[in-house]
Amino acid sequence: MSDVTAERAIPDTPPAEENYLTAGTSLASWLLTTDHKRVALLYMATITVFFFLGGAAAVMMRIELVTPQGDLLSDDAYNRAFTFHGVVMVWFFLIPSIPNILGNFLLPLMIGAKDLAFPRLNLLSWYIFVIAGILAIYTLLAGGVDTGWTFYTPLSTAFANGQVLAAAAAVFVAGFSTIATSVNFIATVHLLRAPGLTWLRLPLFVWAIYATSIVMVLATPVLAMVLLLIFAERAFGIPIFDPLRGGDPILFQHLFWFYSHPAVYIMILPSFGVISELVTCFARRRVFGYNFMVYAILWIALVGFLVWGHHMFVSGQSMLANLVFSFLSFVVAVPSAIKVFNWTSTLYRGQIVFDAAMIYALGFIGLFTIGGLTGLFLASVPVDVHVTDTYFVVAHFHYIMVGGAVSALYGGLTFWWPKITGRMHPESWARFAAILMFFGFGFTFFPMFIMGFLGMPRRYHIYAPEYQIWHVLASAGAVLLAVAYLLPMGYFGWSLFRGRRATANPWGATGLEWQTSSPPPKENFFAPPVVLQGPYNYHPEHAGPPSLEREPHEPQGGPTERAP
Amino acid sequence: MSLALWPATASEQAAHIDGLFTGLLVVTGLILLLVAGLLLLFCIRYRRGTQAKRGDLPEFLRRDVELGWTAATLFLALFLFWWAGTLELRASMAPPEALEIHVVAKQWMWKARHPNGAREIDALHVPRGEAVRLVMTSQDVIHSFYVPAFRVKQDVLPGRFTEMWFRPTRTGEYRLFCAEFCGTQHSRMGGMVTVMEPEDYASWAAAQPQEQDLPGEGEALFTALGCAGCHAPASAVHAPVLQGVYGRMVHLADGRTVRADQAYLRDSILQPQRDVVAGYAPIMPSFAGLVDEADLQRLVAYLQSLRGEAAR
Ligand code: HEC
Ligand SMILES: [Cu+2]
Ligand SMILES: [Cu+2]
Repeated sequence: MSDVTAERAIPDTPPAEENYLTAGTSLASWLLTTDHKRVALLYMATITVFFFLGGAAAVMMRIELVTPQGDLLSDDAYNRAFTFHGVVMVWFFLIPSIPNILGNFLLPLMIGAKDLAFPRLNLLSWYIFVIAGILAIYTLLAGGVDTGWTFYTPLSTAFANGQVLAAAAAVFVAGFSTIATSVNFIATVHLLRAPGLTWLRLPLFVWAIYATSIVMVLATPVLAMVLLLIFAERAFGIPIFDPLRGGDPILFQHLFWFYSHPAVYIMILPSFGVISELVTCFARRRVFGYNFMVYAILWIALVGFLVWGHHMFVSGQSMLANLVFSFLSFVVAVPSAIKVFNWTSTLYRGQIVFDAAMIYALGFIGLFTIGGLTGLFLASVPVDVHVTDTYFVVAHFHYIMVGGAVSALYGGLTFWWPKITGRMHPESWARFAAILMFFGFGFTFFPMFIMGFLGMPRRYHIYAPEYQIWHVLASAGAVLLAVAYLLPMGYFGWSLFRGRRATANPWGATGLEWQTSSPPPKENFFAPPVVLQGPYNYHPEHAGPPSLEREPHEPQGGPTERAP
Repeated sequence: MSLALWPATASEQAAHIDGLFTGLLVVTGLILLLVAGLLLLFCIRYRRGTQAKRGDLPEFLRRDVELGWTAATLFLALFLFWWAGTLELRASMAPPEALEIHVVAKQWMWKARHPNGAREIDALHVPRGEAVRLVMTSQDVIHSFYVPAFRVKQDVLPGRFTEMWFRPTRTGEYRLFCAEFCGTQHSRMGGMVTVMEPEDYASWAAAQPQEQDLPGEGEALFTALGCAGCHAPASAVHAPVLQGVYGRMVHLADGRTVRADQAYLRDSILQPQRDVVAGYAPIMPSFAGLVDEADLQRLVAYLQSLRGEAAR
């Protein structure tokens, strides 16, 4: 494949015209930028810090859990570690990761716009995020929280002695950043599409980000509200959830999961978009069933709001409610299945190349399928009663959100890295990391399904000895996984300085973002693109890709004129 | 340490749930094989450079297949829902003759009381073959009663009673866990469930020392000593109602405000003249000498136990 690699890189001369990276080098030019591409990089830096912090907490837990006794951490320290891990990974890593890094960078490029609809709001949302992040770190320094990321009442309002208010404030503030970003994305997709880019010509990544933004706008206020109620009860003693004073602890769970189930889709929908871009490009095929892919995204976004009660099958909820939520949870599984089938069928009669990004995408499909299928177990009330609040659930959602969303993030970064930085990453290292990530993930989390089914409850600092073997396996796998996560940071960093310069379109992809230079100029395009057809035209309409040559494929936008 | 892949199965429900679980394993296993198989097949057959036939997709693949598997997955989902749902409905109600055991959870222990008054902590003895119904409540945060071998789990809530039932089918010792995170020592909040032959259970229950029930005995004293005559809500005497007194701020006749802690309650009984509640005549007689320390403890425990009920 050396011929292909050679085509992707160009001689190492600094790019002739100015690009968004060279358009200003002072600190202020970064901290006061309104360029969506720079804001995306600001987010990338911040989110990486939180990925490290959340990951460090996970490492401590995995080390602690090697033995059944508590030997590294005290009870409280362990409880604080998993709470910190959950809060940081959910709100400061997973939720913002793909939308705010890749979405921010790519959305305007993919629709042929110069920037987001509200560039300054975009910068503001980063600052809000940073404030929230500082609050989260303050929470840690001030001693941490010991409620779990779910903040269940009355534990969080009346009994926990950690920094519940600080943690709640951090999440509350982060919510405003989320809302600002999503409003911006929605407006951008509505207002700034290039001429000819109709809704059903949008790349699936844009659809995914758009649907995610709608879920964010609708769900996040509910989170803000329930956090305010926690504040009212804990700080001012106003009984909302305290049953001894007329409150209802279950009310909290309804409100919390009304947000947090859609939040699962906030975390996974964007990766659906990423995977659709990757699979089509490296299989050189039009996506199978484009319309169904769009409907599936919208269906998930809608029905995702109606299934929160599946987190409460053992909470004392009525039988009728259990059955209704169980039914809806089964129904919401259908569109996810469609997506998996369609990605698989996209490979059929393709011309598949196993570049690193594609390996990530294939790994994603495998892991997401396992995560989704185990969701069927949890949607069945009698089985859920047994495995809820055990490691089975831990394994299930890590398969979706880590095996799924994080693999997609790494895959997406690998794919768009040349566009973002103008440099190629070392391909063989990237493939190695992608394979290691897949297996490391499996070794870490598959044992958790087994121990969960055997009855190992989650959030246990010490545990019964019969579960040790599974914990040891998981901890050993976590070592591989940690290496797989750190490796790309190493070679991405290296490529920034030593990587070969990328061509405008190293993968021969069709999206508009590839029709401009790598890295793009500040204004994204030298001449405003015009769109004449739908996405993924990797081969003529009633044909397929040839077996060997990469051409012909037609970029989505008409060829853009270079500025003189 | 033996390597078990399947948890012990020790209740009637467990057998049913395992049936459903196995069914799900088979169905999802097949789907996974299908997806993984197709992925592998396509990846090998259509990798760049192979001579496999490419070109346009056959017409039927483009629409019918998509509609077909959408319908098929929907149908499969509905079928699984029906299976799980009927199982759940069938198992929901405890049989009327079930043995009723009361369980109280608190940070970080389980307390159980059997119908004959036998009590135990972090342990539960139950007869084999009989339906057992647990009526549970919590004194502080939410806990969850979980016995993996029975495949049952139920959250235990403060200020509310939740129930669950099971019919043990195999004698032996099984682990009991708290499954809902409940604070510092959550992972230590567990114990053992012992399933015994019914005869053994009967003799075990009879042999249990009837543990003290301070508040219960205090309640009896409260009536016996005549406290109720003045303090009962319906009493003709003008005396404060004691529901919820513990922990409350009390305004006294001399203008002070004090918290009704344990010491205050003791004083109120032994030296009622010292802290007279505002708005009441100092007519309460001193009980110093009439009640010994043990009785005093019982009375105070009873007054403390009135705490929750008032608010409910
Ligand atoms: C003759 C009626 C009478 C009897 C009998 C009596 N009390 Fe009282 N009790 C009162 C009155 C009147 C007050 C309010 C004035 C005071 O604080 O002395 C009071 C106050 C109290 C208080 C403080 C209440 C508060 O709101 O702070 C407690 C506690 C109490 N009694 C417990 C008892 C107990 C226990 C007994 C039985 C051992 C008992 N009382 C028997 C009349 C009575
Ligand atoms: Cu959910
Ligand atoms: Cu507990």
